[in-house]
This record gives sequence, structure tokens and C-alpha cells, in this order.
Amino acid sequence: MFKRVLVANRGEIALRIIRTCREMGIKTIAVFSDADKDSLHVKFADHAVNIGPALSRKSYLNMARIIGVARETKADAIHPGYGFLSENAEFAKACSDGGVTFIGPSAHTIAMAGDKSAARRILTEMGIPVIPGSDDIVLSPDAACGIADRVGYPVILKAAGGGGGRGMRIARTPEELASAFAVAAGEAGAAFGNPSLYLEKYIEKPRHIEIQILGDRHGNYIHLGERECSIQMRYQKLIEESPSCFVDETLRRKLGETAIRVAKAVNYTNAGTMEFLVDKDKNFYFMEINARVQVEHPVTEAVTGIDIVEQQILMAAGRALSLKQEDVRFNGWSMECRINASDPNDNFMPSPGQIGSVIFPGGPGVRMDTHIYDHYMVTPFYDSLIGKLIVWAKDRPSAIRRMQRALAEFEITGIETTIGFYRQVFENEQFQKGEIDTHFLDTMGQTGK
Amino acid sequence: MDEKNHIITSPVMGTFYRSSAPGGAVLVEEGQTITPADIVCVIESMKIFTELRCEHPGIVRRFLVENEDPVMKNQALIEIEIH
Repeated sequence: MFKRVLVANRGEIALRIIRTCREMGIKTIAVFSDADKDSLHVKFADHAVNIGPALSRKSYLNMARIIGVARETKADAIHPGYGFLSENAEFAKACSDGGVTFIGPSAHTIAMAGDKSAARRILTEMGIPVIPGSDDIVLSPDAACGIADRVGYPVILKAAGGGGGRGMRIARTPEELASAFAVAAGEAGAAFGNPSLYLEKYIEKPRHIEIQILGDRHGNYIHLGERECSIQMRYQKLIEESPSCFVDETLRRKLGETAIRVAKAVNYTNAGTMEFLVDKDKNFYFMEINARVQVEHPVTEAVTGIDIVEQQILMAAGRALSLKQEDVRFNGWSMECRINASDPNDNFMPSPGQIGSVIFPGGPGVRMDTHIYDHYMVTPFYDSLIGKLIVWAKDRPSAIRRMQRALAEFEITGIETTIGFYRQVFENEQFQKGEIDTHFLDTMGQTGK
Repeated sequence: MDEKNHIITSPVMGTFYRSSAPGGAVLVEEGQTITPADIVCVIESMKIFTELRCEHPGIVRRFLVENEDPVMKNQALIEIEIH
């Protein structure tokens, strides 16, 4: 087993990793930027090293410096957390070249997972469902109608040059598609200087559902069930839960088996997540691989009792999984709210600044993963996640009531946060009934709730 | 400050950039004539990039901060002489 692990991250995830290491008897080395010298990960680690200025590319993204620190401090392994260097194939390779174990998949697997079109090709050949559509850009309205006939209406045209809704049009008939093509191409040209369009089958009321998998270096794979992550704002997840009230035993088994097939296809080792879009008729389509531990991993830990970070470390050290699929039991319901330093009353604009005081929720079934404290300075240099409030209860209605109780206790002064916004979401009747899809927050905004 | 001068301020605490990408060409130079369509600088805060423009046409007189400087909310960034 590793003696010393360097944690190449900051904030709540750095603390999360340090906590498990300590419980496993592994010494930790924190790295920190000038902006983070007063951070808790610096305080909690056994040893901490300053790796440079506040700007990420001069500190937390400085591969040579981080690997240099690992060698100087005789770390056996590096845990990258999420974000920063966690899905950087070059970094994973540099770690192994430098004689340090990268706690994650191989550089080769990370590169494959990151190449979306190659991954799509491989999985299509294996018969794994991906969102049907054009394999390349569509050159004319006639060509678009040809593809739409094959994949079935409704379809969506998407700009090849960029996202954000520009150059995006939904069509439900060939006539609509022909006129939408010209409009979408014009809009894409104006917005991105590139009128090229792709065509995809439009998935109505889709849910974002993902499967947590674990794969060791001995070819053993298990899945830890699903996470429902449909509550999103501009493709950023805000609320996650496990299980999903939309997923029954049959769908869970199918999604789990498919996730493991995808993992095997890319020789996936360590913990990873396979993301799917699921339509209202429970058809599912593979979206992408997240080759790292995820922000929302605690909801899976809560319902399975499995410490995912511990599993990552054991697998990276070469241990075989001690769990078989039939050992994985799901118990109760867990939900997570991502507490962000952003202002729900100002279009979720970033809200960095100095915190006045914090009152954290507690009591039965409440877990708070955070790096903030009274008078903590939330700097503008990194992302806006300042904590995760996770609850567990016996079923979904109880989990909702527990989250409402915890949100009511929670108070952060001095900066704007998303806490008040979550109080509203948890009051929403549709949300309470579990009638959610990835457009839920757009609709909730429109109805003025 | 006379009424012909306009100060562009930062809408949020963050990092001031004179170019759209690190190491890229500067968006505007001192002495350059600008229109309301021109992006004059970018503020990065919590990985969100906000492009700033001047609502009036004018001439860039002076930068009050350096590229990559940390800036506070409402901090003065650029002095513009309005046409």
C-alpha cells in the first residue's frame, strides 16, 4: 500500500481525499497556490507545499512542478481529484514516467474517453446506443431530411462551431427541417463564423442519468447503481440523487451492464462514471465517460456504504476488488445540493468575497463536505463550488424533508450563495413528485417560482 | 474627471485580461478608437469570462490596471475619452 499520497487539488475534494487517506493510515501531501495558503487542505494534510501563484495554470495545472513536489516528498501516488489535471492524459503519463502512481485510469484510457467522436465510433460498432444522428456535418436541407428520415423526428440541428443555443433549431417535420436549416446555418455563421451544422435525434424531456463503475487491474468490474443528475443550469449539475425514481430494476440492470461494457471497451481501470441520456420512454443513449471521481460521488457512497475514494486508492495500488456485483446493496435515498458562491438573483453570476460567518447544518443523516469557515476568503480564481450538502434518509420523501430541514439550518453571510434557491426547488411540487428532466430549472424559472 | 471621460469598471471581483486568451493579442491599445461593438477587456471570475465593452464610441486613454492583475468589484479598469 502507498505510504504517502500527494493530493493535486484544492477545496472540498482535497479534504475529502485527505480524510480517507488518514483513515487508511496513509500520509498526505497537499499542494497549494498563494491564494490558498489559509485553506483547510493545507492545514489537514501531513505536509503542504506551495506550488505557485493563484492563477491555476501557474499552480494547480503546473504538471512539472506537481510531479517535482511528489518526487521531492517521496510520494508514491498522486490523487488528482476532479477538474484541474484529473482528465489530462499527458499528466497521467508524466506521473508514471516519473515513477509516481496516478490514482485514476491509464493515460491511454483517458485519451480515448476524451476523444468523443472516436468513442462514439467504437461504441456504435459494439451496438451500444448513442444519440442517433449525422456522423459528420450536414451539407444541405435535402441531406438533413435524409438523415432525419433514418433517425426519426423530432430532430435538432446544432452548430458545429459552438454551443449555447445559437444555431440550434428543433424540427418535427421535413417542412420544418427545410426552413430551420437555413435559419440555423445563418445564425451559426453569424455567431461562430462557421455555418456548419450537425443533426441529431432530439430527445424529448431527457433525464441525465449516470452509472458509477469500479474496475480493477485484474479485469473485475462492478457498478454502484445510478445517480439522477437532471437538475442542471447551463449544463452544470446543481442537485443530484441516488437512486433515481425513474429507474426501475430492469433499467438499472441494463444501464449497469451497458456501463460495464463501455468500461471494458476502453480498458477502464479505477473509478469512473458513464453518463447517459434517458428519454421519457426509458430508451437510453450513452453520452460520455467521466474518467475521474465526480463531485456527486457522495450520494452513491451514502446508499451503498462504499467509500469510493478508498476503492480508488486500493485499485491504484493494484488490489483486486473485494466486492462482487451481488455484494453491492442499495439502502435508502441520498440527495446532494451543490453550494455555489453565485447569485441566483443575478443570473447565477459569480459571487466571490469574504465570508462573514457560517452555520452548518447537522444532525442525523446530514453530511457536509466543504472547505469554508468563518471569515474564509472565497477567491475568484477557482470554480464557485464552496461546499456540498448531502443527506441520507430511508426513502425519497424523507430525504426531501431532511434536505429542507438542513437547508433551513444552513446560513452563510457575506457572499451570495445558492442555498436560498435550493429551498425554493425543494418546495416545488413537480420536483417533489420526481417529475424532472434536464430542462426543469428553465421551466421553473418561466413559471416565476 | 470631466464629462468627456468615461471609466470602465469591473462588474465582479476577478482577474483582468487584456486579451481573449492567455498569451493572445491584446484586444485594444491605448490611443485606439473604439465603438460599442468592441470588446475592450475580459474579466475572469470563478472560471466565468465576462467581456466588457464601452457603451459609447471613444478613444482608449489609459489602462489603470495591468494584464492579469486581480481586480475588485467596481474597480476602475480603463479610462475612455468619449467622442
